[in-house]
Amino acid sequence: MWTFLHKLASPPHFYRLAEKIIPWFAVSGLVLIAYGTWGGLFNAPPDYQQGDAFRIIYVHVPAAYLSMMAYMTMAIAAGIGLIWRMKLAHAVAAATAPLGAWFTFLALMTGSIWGRPMWGTWWEWGDPRLTSELILLFLYIGYIALRNSIDDLAKADKASAVLAMVGAVNVPIIHYSVEWWSSLHQGPTLIRKGGPAIVGDMLWPLLAMIFGFTFVFGALVLSRVRAEVLFRERRARWVRELVSATGAPA
Amino acid sequence: MTVMPRKMPALGHAFRAIIARDLLLAWKRPGDVLNPLFFFAMVSALFPLAIGPSHAQLAAIGPGVLWVAALLAALLSLNSLFLSDYEDGSLDHLLLSPQPLPLLVLGKTVSHWLVGGLPLVLVSPLVAVSFRMPSETVGILAATLMLGTVSLSLLGSIGAALTVGLNRGTALLSLLILPLAMPLLIFGARTVSLSAGGESTAAGLYFLAAYSVLALTLAPFAAAAALRISSE
Repeated sequence: MWTFLHKLASPPHFYRLAEKIIPWFAVSGLVLIAYGTWGGLFNAPPDYQQGDAFRIIYVHVPAAYLSMMAYMTMAIAAGIGLIWRMKLAHAVAAATAPLGAWFTFLALMTGSIWGRPMWGTWWEWGDPRLTSELILLFLYIGYIALRNSIDDLAKADKASAVLAMVGAVNVPIIHYSVEWWSSLHQGPTLIRKGGPAIVGDMLWPLLAMIFGFTFVFGALVLSRVRAEVLFRERRARWVRELVSATGAPA
Repeated sequence: MTVMPRKMPALGHAFRAIIARDLLLAWKRPGDVLNPLFFFAMVSALFPLAIGPSHAQLAAIGPGVLWVAALLAALLSLNSLFLSDYEDGSLDHLLLSPQPLPLLVLGKTVSHWLVGGLPLVLVSPLVAVSFRMPSETVGILAATLMLGTVSLSLLGSIGAALTVGLNRGTALLSLLILPLAMPLLIFGARTVSLSAGGESTAAGLYFLAAYSVLALTLAPFAAAAALRISSE
């Protein structure tokens, strides 16, 4: 167990392991998304209240879920990097932040497009989850801004790690705000007592999309971490050997 | 019976000494205290000028405007929390001192609140009255600002510690702190609005109090860790 973790933390080993894992993640993610897209757009019946407009949840829900998952990933990786001084963990945090910001933006945009026919407005300040998703985007922006404004990489890693952990205290507040405030937003339909309140033809494509997005997210994070590791270790011997072995100009 | 020599001052002594020192420094430079207050009053005055003197409108926007102005004023003074110590090297002495750094950071934050937060709370009723706020609501406003500025100073100490020595000014600090401060703004301003509407304000006040206790518990440690990283 410990040797496995130690090997995982070594950049060259991670680099090769990630190379093997990425195709699996990417292919299973794309297959699930293909099924989810077909099931969501063609197979699922229209909603009796919302008509066809509800179909945007097949993008909105996975994006919103990933926006928070990415923040937790980033904060946990940052914490591991800060506490155990693991450089690879900092690379993971650095690679996750822009992806998380992007998924947050996607969730906001799809939520806004859904809101136009449903609420009759592009933006509804009265909805706490839309607002807290916006705050999450600001948190990502602050994190990226802090990282970019420190030139020394080791210092940038640690300082942004502190910020990520402080921000992580805020993420649960965001998640539970749906219960704290009165809301225009749909209540929870997937995870609740007595099973999901959604028919199977609608549910299965949604679950497929959630897992598909997660796999693709995993593949993207891993390839970004590979690039980050290559950059950070550019003076190390294994990177030079890798470059000369593949025949690229050194 | 041998008496152990006191090698270092007691914790409470160091804590009080750092507060006294920062208060003295602020006393010698009263501009640092007064500028955020004038800023607060001026930003609040901008809104009636921009929107017009309608009483109903002023009463409706009053709580939000005052809270936003207080938030910005608090942000304005945060940049200087560690800056002068960083520039003249006393920060290195704090870092090297045998006292626990979170305690010293807390001392600096307390004196920052006494100099920057508390006067804001005391001045806020004057500005609030000009927004046609009823007198019970003015009390609630002062109470929310009291709890809110404590949390803001503590949150801000983390941001100030992260950005000290970066020479990026307050823009970066605002990017870091404002998202974290938004729950405070929401609950603070909403509570004042509720009070103006004659409704119960207990929930909002409890939330703000809980937030400041949480910040009081965690923020000094985070700020101390950030200070050590920034001054490596």
